[in-house]
Amino acid sequence: MGGVHGFGPVVAEVDEPLFHAEWEKRVLGLVLALGAGGKWNIDISRFARENRPPAEYLSLSYYEIWLAGLERLLEERGRPTRVLAAADVPATLARGGPVDREPTHEARFAVGDAVVTKNLNPHGHTRLPRYARGKHGVIERVHGFHVFPDVNSTGTGEDPQWLYLVRFSGSELFGPDGDPGSSVSIDAFEPYLEPA
Amino acid sequence: MTHSDLSDVQIRVRALESALVAGGHVDPAALDALVETYEHQVGPHNGARVVARAWVDPGYRERLLADATPAIAELGIRGRQGEHMVAVENTPDVHNLVVCTLCSCYPWSVLGLPPVWYKSAPYRSRAVADPRGVLTDFGVTLGADVSVRVWDSTAEVRYLVIPQRPADSEGMTEDELAARVTRDSMIGVGTL
Repeated sequence: MGGVHGFGPVVAEVDEPLFHAEWEKRVLGLVLALGAGGKWNIDISRFARENRPPAEYLSLSYYEIWLAGLERLLEERGRPTRVLAAADVPATLARGGPVDREPTHEARFAVGDAVVTKNLNPHGHTRLPRYARGKHGVIERVHGFHVFPDVNSTGTGEDPQWLYLVRFSGSELFGPDGDPGSSVSIDAFEPYLEPA
Repeated sequence: MTHSDLSDVQIRVRALESALVAGGHVDPAALDALVETYEHQVGPHNGARVVARAWVDPGYRERLLADATPAIAELGIRGRQGEHMVAVENTPDVHNLVVCTLCSCYPWSVLGLPPVWYKSAPYRSRAVADPRGVLTDFGVTLGADVSVRVWDSTAEVRYLVIPQRPADSEGMTEDELAARVTRDSMIGVGTL
């Protein structure tokens, strides 16, 4: 939703409670516990959350979206039989889910290269934000060889790709209405990019 | 939230949890442990330790800016949603601001769970197109000569802002410095 107008100012809550109801805590716990069950990965779960009519998406609170996504995952992929035990929680959280993999080929781009993002509009999950499609930028960092969410979200494998930090000027992204004194960087996978 | 909304969702979640526990798919004690971790253990105090160390130890600052994940792990801080960290430093000329326009990606290991506004449509939509306007919402006004760098967390890399050290903090201990560091300053919507 980057660059979309009309949502109004950012308003922080006064006391910023971490949770607003007991059920939100249980949803957080359920999503993390069941996510360790091996029936789906983080990209599948992200797509289960976001793939719904925009009006519905915008009408739900954050944890309501998590709940709706979880219900969908359980319906589509079934209940895990691998159960996260309480004793394993600290080690599981400490380990996390690193997504860097051993490279199988050289990176196509290097720091300083001028690139243009492709104009991609897939039906499935993608991490190329709409506001940054078809835009000119510069490679500022090569992050590594990372699991590719666009494919991983379909459950057909990790298909790792080179991941780059790509920097764009505010004017390139938003034209004369952009902030000429600002820049925006995204983390872009190699299949999103072409040489400029 | 109205009472009926609350009970509807509450009932739905209870039913789901009960069914999963009864079927042996979830250990309810694991849910308690997960919630406890993010309610009471992991939070912005972790990131504050990283920032304070970077302020007092030039060698650490260099390691942090070069490769943040192992540098942060030196302080015993690691884990979920902090597997691939990058630290970005504010200077008199550059102010950094972190967002996830796609949803809510946030460096849990150093900042804990994100605040509601970080996950909200106003922040996600405007941080990239009008970062100075967003900063104004937080009461921060930058000089026209300060450029703003926005970092949109679109993959599994997570960003931590190293705010500028307050001018009046000379002679403070590392712990005292850490106590000065706010969560907002490490997202980039606050200054110190």
